[in-house]
Amino acid sequence: MPAPSHRIPDDRAGLPFPHRHLLGIYGLQPHEILFLLDEAEQWVTLNRQASKHDDRLRGLTQINAFFENSTRTLLSFEIAGKRLGADVVNMAVAQSSVKKGETLIDTAITLNAMRPDLIVIRHDASGAVQLIADKVDCPVLNAGDGRHEHPTQALLDALTIRRRKGRVEGLTVAICGDVLHSRVARSNILTLTALGADVRVVGPPTLLPAAIERMGVTPFTDFDAGLDGADVVMMLRLQRERMSGGFVPSLREYHALYGLTPERLAKAAPDALVMHPGPMNRGVEIASSVADDIDRSAIPEQVEMGVAVRMACLDVLTRTRRGAW
Amino acid sequence: MVSDLAILNGRFADGGSGGVLVRDGHIAAIGGFDVPESVSRIDARGALIGPGLIDVGVFAVDGPAFAAGGITRILLMPDQAQPLDNTALILRAAASGKPGVWVHPLAAATRALEGQELAEIGLMRAAGACGAATGRGWIADSGVMYRLLAYAGAQGLRLVAHAEDGGLAADAVMTEGETATRLGLAAAPPQAEALAIARDLLLVEATGAPLHFRQVTTARGLALVRDAKKRGLPVSCGISPAHLLLADSAVTGFRTFGRLSPPLRDEADRRACLDAVADGTIDLICSGHDPQGPEAKRLPFADAEPGMAGAETLLALALVLVRDGLIDLVRLFDLLAGAPARLFGLPGGRLDVGAEADILLVDPDAPWRITSDAMVAAAGNTPFDGLPVQGRVLRTIKGGVTLA
Repeated sequence: MPAPSHRIPDDRAGLPFPHRHLLGIYGLQPHEILFLLDEAEQWVTLNRQASKHDDRLRGLTQINAFFENSTRTLLSFEIAGKRLGADVVNMAVAQSSVKKGETLIDTAITLNAMRPDLIVIRHDASGAVQLIADKVDCPVLNAGDGRHEHPTQALLDALTIRRRKGRVEGLTVAICGDVLHSRVARSNILTLTALGADVRVVGPPTLLPAAIERMGVTPFTDFDAGLDGADVVMMLRLQRERMSGGFVPSLREYHALYGLTPERLAKAAPDALVMHPGPMNRGVEIASSVADDIDRSAIPEQVEMGVAVRMACLDVLTRTRRGAW
Repeated sequence: MVSDLAILNGRFADGGSGGVLVRDGHIAAIGGFDVPESVSRIDARGALIGPGLIDVGVFAVDGPAFAAGGITRILLMPDQAQPLDNTALILRAAASGKPGVWVHPLAAATRALEGQELAEIGLMRAAGACGAATGRGWIADSGVMYRLLAYAGAQGLRLVAHAEDGGLAADAVMTEGETATRLGLAAAPPQAEALAIARDLLLVEATGAPLHFRQVTTARGLALVRDAKKRGLPVSCGISPAHLLLADSAVTGFRTFGRLSPPLRDEADRRACLDAVADGTIDLICSGHDPQGPEAKRLPFADAEPGMAGAETLLALALVLVRDGLIDLVRLFDLLAGAPARLFGLPGGRLDVGAEADILLVDPDAPWRITSDAMVAAAGNTPFDGLPVQGRVLRTIKGGVTLA
């Protein structure tokens, strides 16, 4: 693959994180990923204190422009920005009104004219965030674009794994379920392979994208085989709204073949960690007893790490602007 | 106004040299001849003299782009604001290029291009349609396609088909592969093309009617066409320079100028396309000229319209095949002019005494750089923006009249 278009400007060369935007994990070096994880650690500590405030983004305006519905991610970015002292504005854009045409670029130009210091964008079209990033003067953070990338989710997953397992390198991670429609899967594959994990993708053949092995992963269509000895079992949400095309015969069959139950989990390593980006379809891709098993499931911790990772990203991306490097 | 003229001191694709004498809009002599006193003279200064290019299957009548690209005749796709499915629209389309370019409309094969009912292709033929086309889409109903081939064939019309199985390609904007997977874009397997071709070839076998696949872009699709030709079936196919020179990785970074229909293929398929040009499986090279303005291209990839402005770059990009030793100049002009004229029964396309005086002067070595912003087309959407190329059209003459 050729280099990504968001090249590093000369004036940032030599910085620990030289990128202007965070549009995806693609294009990041392993040490840059580790830098963001290390930065996030301090915010984990802060977030566990009674006073969770830091003023370093005081006076800066953060716009969360969500062109696709999201509650959890929006909240996570809002809390992250507020804990750093930014003026956070949420812009939930109705799906129907801003979908096509110049409108998206017009929206970018309009947002830019309000002189924000950072824009967080979620959009249902792959590549939409980059399109906007090319039109604005401030850093842009991708909060999920279509089925392309969701970098902060992958970073928070890596941070969760690293904290629970002490490392990422050398672990076997099985990413299971609807890989085809998942931006989380793509960003996680890029992150975890960059950090030296052995990554498998597991799912029905209709939900595994073509040539996925060229991203450095091993595909499995047999759930049991894919789980065999895995240190981390990362379940993906079955995107039920996309099931109209007949990707799987039924939810009942999907659960029988690809649902994570305690019996299934026994195929993985004895201390395997269970993860899920949420929201979960309980009883479809994951059984409640697994999701709620506090010894095995890291799902609430993922949410906690999400705030810390987003604080780190907001901080790092605005450092040039704040003269803080 | 048509004037008699003599083009002197040129050279020809076959290595010969000399000139061309034009009288009454037709070629009166070639090579060496006595120049009459009354005619105006053009000194070619050693430039290549070739026939005006014939572009099969363009989507817009875009005079300046065609003149700049050396294209004197176009076969216009029926996919217009109003699909070309009746005689009045055919007559209007045929007149729409005057005086810049000869427009040969392709009749919509089905009413409103909906793929359901046969359009009045016999009447449209009488009105000037030089073929019938399924348009941008694929005809899903095999019964309709069967009857269409039989009917058009009986009218002496070659049917132009889009070869992509609609079930597989429904929401796809790319070819399945690493790039589509990394970018998270909906993709169809390349077999979508072969599947459509296989069905249509069986129907050609059943009807004996001539069929032209507007663009064939995969190894499997080309193998089917190659085999059908060996068996003597009346089938032909075209391709665009984009599919010969670019692979699907060209859309990395969500570059919508690389969003084409059919989509760009992987490197192995691209190489198979080059082989198919070399061995004669591919009959012609077309630009697929489809200028799309920023409103249609500055969008998220999946929302952007497919298509590229290809007319101005057609010859320069096709000359890459000559420089790479894949074909010679004689074959190049056959791909760009001779074969289109033969397949669709058009005048022009050749430098012969008595033929229509559609003539080009070309400097095949002149270097230039393709620049979207500098294009004269209705829109400058090209995936080749910034590419240095060689080969400039110096003069385009249509029916004895200099256009550019």
